[in-house]
Amino acid sequence: MTRLEARGVTLAYEARTVSRDLDVAIPDGSFTVVVGPNACGKSTLLRGLARMIRPSSGTVSLDDRPVADYGAKEFARRLALLPQSPVAPDGIGVADLVARGRYPHQSLLRQWSPADEEAVSGAMAATGVAELAERAVGELSGGQRQRVWIAMVLAQDTPLLLLDEPTTFLDIAYQLEVLDLLADLHAAGDRTLVAVLHDLNQACRYATHLIAMRDGAVVAEGPPSEIVDADLLERVFGLIGDVVPDPRTGTPMIIPAGREARQAMRAGVSAATGHDGSSG
Amino acid sequence: MSAPTDVRVGEYSVRVRPRPVVVVVVLLALAVVLGAVALTLGEFPLPLSGVVDTLLGSGTRAQQFVVLELRAPRVVLALVVGATLGVAGAVFQALARNALASPDLLGFTTGAASGALVAIVAFGAGALGTAGGAVVGVLVTAGIALALLGGETGGYRLVLVGIGLNAILYSLNNYLILRSDLSTASAAQTWLVGSLNGRDWTTVAVVGIGLVVLLVPALAVARRLDLLGMGDEAAGSIGVPVRSTRVVALVVGVLLVGTATAAVGPIAFVALAAPQLARRLAGTTGPTMIASGVLGGVLLLAGDVLGQRLAAPAQFPAGTMTASIGGLYLVWLLAREWKADRG
Repeated sequence: MTRLEARGVTLAYEARTVSRDLDVAIPDGSFTVVVGPNACGKSTLLRGLARMIRPSSGTVSLDDRPVADYGAKEFARRLALLPQSPVAPDGIGVADLVARGRYPHQSLLRQWSPADEEAVSGAMAATGVAELAERAVGELSGGQRQRVWIAMVLAQDTPLLLLDEPTTFLDIAYQLEVLDLLADLHAAGDRTLVAVLHDLNQACRYATHLIAMRDGAVVAEGPPSEIVDADLLERVFGLIGDVVPDPRTGTPMIIPAGREARQAMRAGVSAATGHDGSSG
Repeated sequence: MSAPTDVRVGEYSVRVRPRPVVVVVVLLALAVVLGAVALTLGEFPLPLSGVVDTLLGSGTRAQQFVVLELRAPRVVLALVVGATLGVAGAVFQALARNALASPDLLGFTTGAASGALVAIVAFGAGALGTAGGAVVGVLVTAGIALALLGGETGGYRLVLVGIGLNAILYSLNNYLILRSDLSTASAAQTWLVGSLNGRDWTTVAVVGIGLVVLLVPALAVARRLDLLGMGDEAAGSIGVPVRSTRVVALVVGVLLVGTATAAVGPIAFVALAAPQLARRLAGTTGPTMIASGVLGGVLLLAGDVLGQRLAAPAQFPAGTMTASIGGLYLVWLLAREWKADRG
């Protein structure tokens, strides 16, 4: 079963086409992580799924209905996207920012319902920012700020939650803090999470479903332990290395080969195939 | 941040923040006091008590004429035009996410002036024709801006395109004055300094109706404009229709500027300062249409009163007053932002 899927979509920014004829289905209830090298189209895919960009061909559908057919608030009650670098308005307080996530549930005559109250306090409790409620967002640490933004999209109370590189610009400890939070949210209910991540090891640890992209196309998808191996590493990142079980979690862990080994193997590949080994 | 109060009846609920309401009430009181003082100003000597008497229905025929027909239209016009500019400024600043993005710096006021100058210089238009020219001018400017913006009507792009347009239109205006004969040039210059002098109730009514009509869509997009401050994607993700909000806001902002400029000529500073000050006073993150409007009215009326009093019996036009105060305010604002960026 899949509620959110893209069929034959071509995603482009004005003149530049990022993905052509792409098919992606997000398994319901999964914690899907999209990985791939820089500019492989992973964020673009996320924007396409969240209808931030309109595909030039093909359709993205949610619950068997094209996403473009939904009203703005109607869609926002089903799917939330946390973009890469949202801007916290000057001087806004934590509780006020989180409360903005309730916008799609509100109207002129229904500005602040008990359900809004509940969703906001629930989201702040789940992300551990309840004690920061009265603080200004501007004075928080990077990790705290990211948790506040996640609280905002949580307050939106959607069955689908998309996050574009939620760990970028955070220190390693904060990265894990955010990923732990996402894993908890995923474990807590029947929410479907889709995140773009940079770190393949973290992706393997946390994802239940992995989508590996390169040059705008999906190279492989499935549970990390089934699809991540040395071959995939080379096909997706052009990287030579070993994939071993993570000693802590048993999930696939990437160990890039040393420089000499990589150069030797690359030379070997070139000699064997007659072209440069870095091309995928 | 003042705590909001929620009023709930059944499944309906309204959220009210007390601070902006208090600010609006205080500003309205200030407007009334300032207005009463303004009614005492002029060649015909009339103390405050006389003004109050006249307003309440007593007072001589001469007093009635001076207060109700000569002075009151000017005072009310200052309030209404200032309010129109205040709301316009709030719309543009939210649209551009930039404190400096006021319509007089983005070319819209200058474009209205171009239209008016063409009407004066090329067609020898009177007051009504000049006002019509200003409206056409602002609409043409908006059309050019929209074409240059290519649908991307927010952020830095709006600011940069606007500043470019402003420079071009400004030199066009200079050229128009330069090539006209002395009396036409003088009429054009008089219009260009922005004055509240000699306007009647009809003008007040037209601007007032324009303000009320345009305030409806301005209020309707206010919340969405506030949410757009988080960036297009974050706002879109929580259900804000980004593109339509932008287009509606731009059209409303342009029409507000056009209305105000058509009535009294270009007035600087009010659209720039009123929304900034209102936002600080009300303690909100986004545009505060009503507070910006009331404060805009107070600022323009204050500028006009100062202009009449400062070097009496010589009079400065309200536009000159607001421009000089505005220059100082702009320097202060830039210096502050610069410091904040470095600090």
